[in-house]
Amino acid sequence: MKFTGTDSYVTTDDLTMAVNAAVALERPLLVKGEPGTGKTLLAQEVARSLGRPLYEWHIKSTTKARHGLYEYDAVSRLRDSQLGDERVKDIRNYIDKGTLWRAFEADEPCVVLIDEIDKADIEFPNDLLQELDRMEFFVHETNETIRAKRRPVVIITSNNEKELPDAFLRRCFFHYIRFPDEETMTRIVHVHFPDIKKRLLSEALQVFYSLRDVHGLKKKPSTSELLDWIKLLLVEDIPPEALREDSTKAIPQLYGALLKNEQDVHMFERLAFLSRRESR
Amino acid sequence: MFTAFFQKLREARIPVTIREYLMLLEALQAGVARGSVDEFYYLSRAALVKDEKNFDRFDRVFGEYFRGLMAESQALFGADIPDDWLRRLAERHFGEEELAKLEKMGFQEMLDALAERLSEQDARHAGGSKWIGTDGTSPFGHSGANPSGVRIGGDGGGGSAAKVWQRREFRNLDGSVEIGTRNIKVALRRLRKFIREGAEEEFDLDDTVQATARNGGMLDIRMRAERKNRVKVLLFIDVGGSMDAHVKLSEELFSAAKTEFKHLEYHYFHNFIYERVWRDTRRGYNEWVPTVDLFNTYGSDYKVIVVGDATMSPFEITEPGGSIEHWNEEAGAVWLQRLARHFPDIVWLNPAPQDRWVRTASVQIAQRLLPGRMFPLSIDGLDAAMDLLRRRASAAPRPLPAL
Repeated sequence: MKFTGTDSYVTTDDLTMAVNAAVALERPLLVKGEPGTGKTLLAQEVARSLGRPLYEWHIKSTTKARHGLYEYDAVSRLRDSQLGDERVKDIRNYIDKGTLWRAFEADEPCVVLIDEIDKADIEFPNDLLQELDRMEFFVHETNETIRAKRRPVVIITSNNEKELPDAFLRRCFFHYIRFPDEETMTRIVHVHFPDIKKRLLSEALQVFYSLRDVHGLKKKPSTSELLDWIKLLLVEDIPPEALREDSTKAIPQLYGALLKNEQDVHMFERLAFLSRRESR
Repeated sequence: MFTAFFQKLREARIPVTIREYLMLLEALQAGVARGSVDEFYYLSRAALVKDEKNFDRFDRVFGEYFRGLMAESQALFGADIPDDWLRRLAERHFGEEELAKLEKMGFQEMLDALAERLSEQDARHAGGSKWIGTDGTSPFGHSGANPSGVRIGGDGGGGSAAKVWQRREFRNLDGSVEIGTRNIKVALRRLRKFIREGAEEEFDLDDTVQATARNGGMLDIRMRAERKNRVKVLLFIDVGGSMDAHVKLSEELFSAAKTEFKHLEYHYFHNFIYERVWRDTRRGYNEWVPTVDLFNTYGSDYKVIVVGDATMSPFEITEPGGSIEHWNEEAGAVWLQRLARHFPDIVWLNPAPQDRWVRTASVQIAQRLLPGRMFPLSIDGLDAAMDLLRRRASAAPRPLPAL
């Protein structure tokens, strides 16, 4: 079975190849890229296009590797023992299965998303080496080994906030999602808004890319922001001409969807003021 | 099968390992990439390169390696092609599947057709759609527009023969080229070392609850030490005249360092470190501190980063009185060695281009004073420098005792 992109997700040749390699060899796929380029979405779309269930594991700074495997809830067991609950006799009742465990014991092949692995502690990827390599782990409390019935497709995303250990990288396929060029972007927008008028789209993209070119923005607008903005333009029924007028004034309509940072808006207004003065 | 390719990647300092190479072979065996060079390119990149900053290097090695392969296959019939047509370059590229509307042939068929056509043709030919020559749409020859053409000599004309790896789209991600505040931060972050240190004084609620529960309800209080970033950094920045060209870079480094380290002390110097350094440049260079005071103020656990281009007259380093601004009793070399002796974790970041170092005598001297500790102020250089600082000083060669 091959991944070729879906009706709601535009992929590039290199991305397709990386996904297919990871699926065929049952090795994890590490995806990096600018925020807002659809890293997380990729896993959902892969799962959808392969027709497999998706298990998502979102990583926070406090997440430990064992959270994805299982946790032993000693506190509940203690409480139950004081209340004289029958369940207390079996330790299995107090083992909370983590995302990986649930994915491993699934009868059909599935897709696992480990989202933003770089948010966690630096040791986190190392702690998962064996688990992801052999797709098995040991439960000390019950003395059993949990082994994946069907090796899942593991997709890992990273925002590059921390370096990942080499040993971890060696075991993965790697793909870097670049910021889409205008052509790919046009396809992406079409997937989301099939009825959009050509002129409005090209004007909007022009404004968008020129905005991204502005030097010194704290947060460059990304694909998801562009999509939000276009949605707003469509809802407000803004004609393409309005955008063109705006590009001389240099402050786009409804820019709030594109610029999320107060300083950026401020800077942009100043630039707009300057360019208005120049054009006079 | 691709051992030579693998070797070339390693020579280009792309950190590929046997494990990844085997992974690539396994994927080929599983039929993930079928036949086309593009597919092989994407697959090998996904399997072998794990950092986007190495993509550009990979592209170059890939291009070189496959041009080599093409050249070898040319030997099949290359000798029969008159030089007249191939004056510009004896090289050839694939250009398949770029424009679907033009005819497609297999490579072998293409070679056969070429050989056949060669036997028919006996004059130099330019334009047209069948003969080998320049600027035509025939699949053979150069500067043409047929996407499945075999290129014989010349530089690509229409550009459709430019392969993905030749576009070098990842050039600006190469760590040895671009440097920006964010890149610097990521590199500096390597130095951060959070350790729980000191007396166990923080109440660890989670651990206490867990331990108590496991203990059958008997209270088991757990404490832990506070987590702190213990890295202390002492930064020396050259503000001498020749540094003017590098001010922006140094500023970026400085602003990145300032937010990354809690214990950061910085000082300025002019050209070289002598018996005094400056605290603040805004106050007109009046506020200086004796260098000796630094030794007494900061312990040797401080890590020292010197930023300067070390470009000056050699006398400014080696001779007493060499400073261009004041009379220094002792030579700059002596002071630098004292600094290195007191702070064993010292590196020198040099913003001047590395290929110029060998031609600058003063850089050579500074390098000899701090062997293996001068790094270019690029991402790669910064990475290497931070790695050195992170491992203890004992890992690297000690500074020489005397010049």
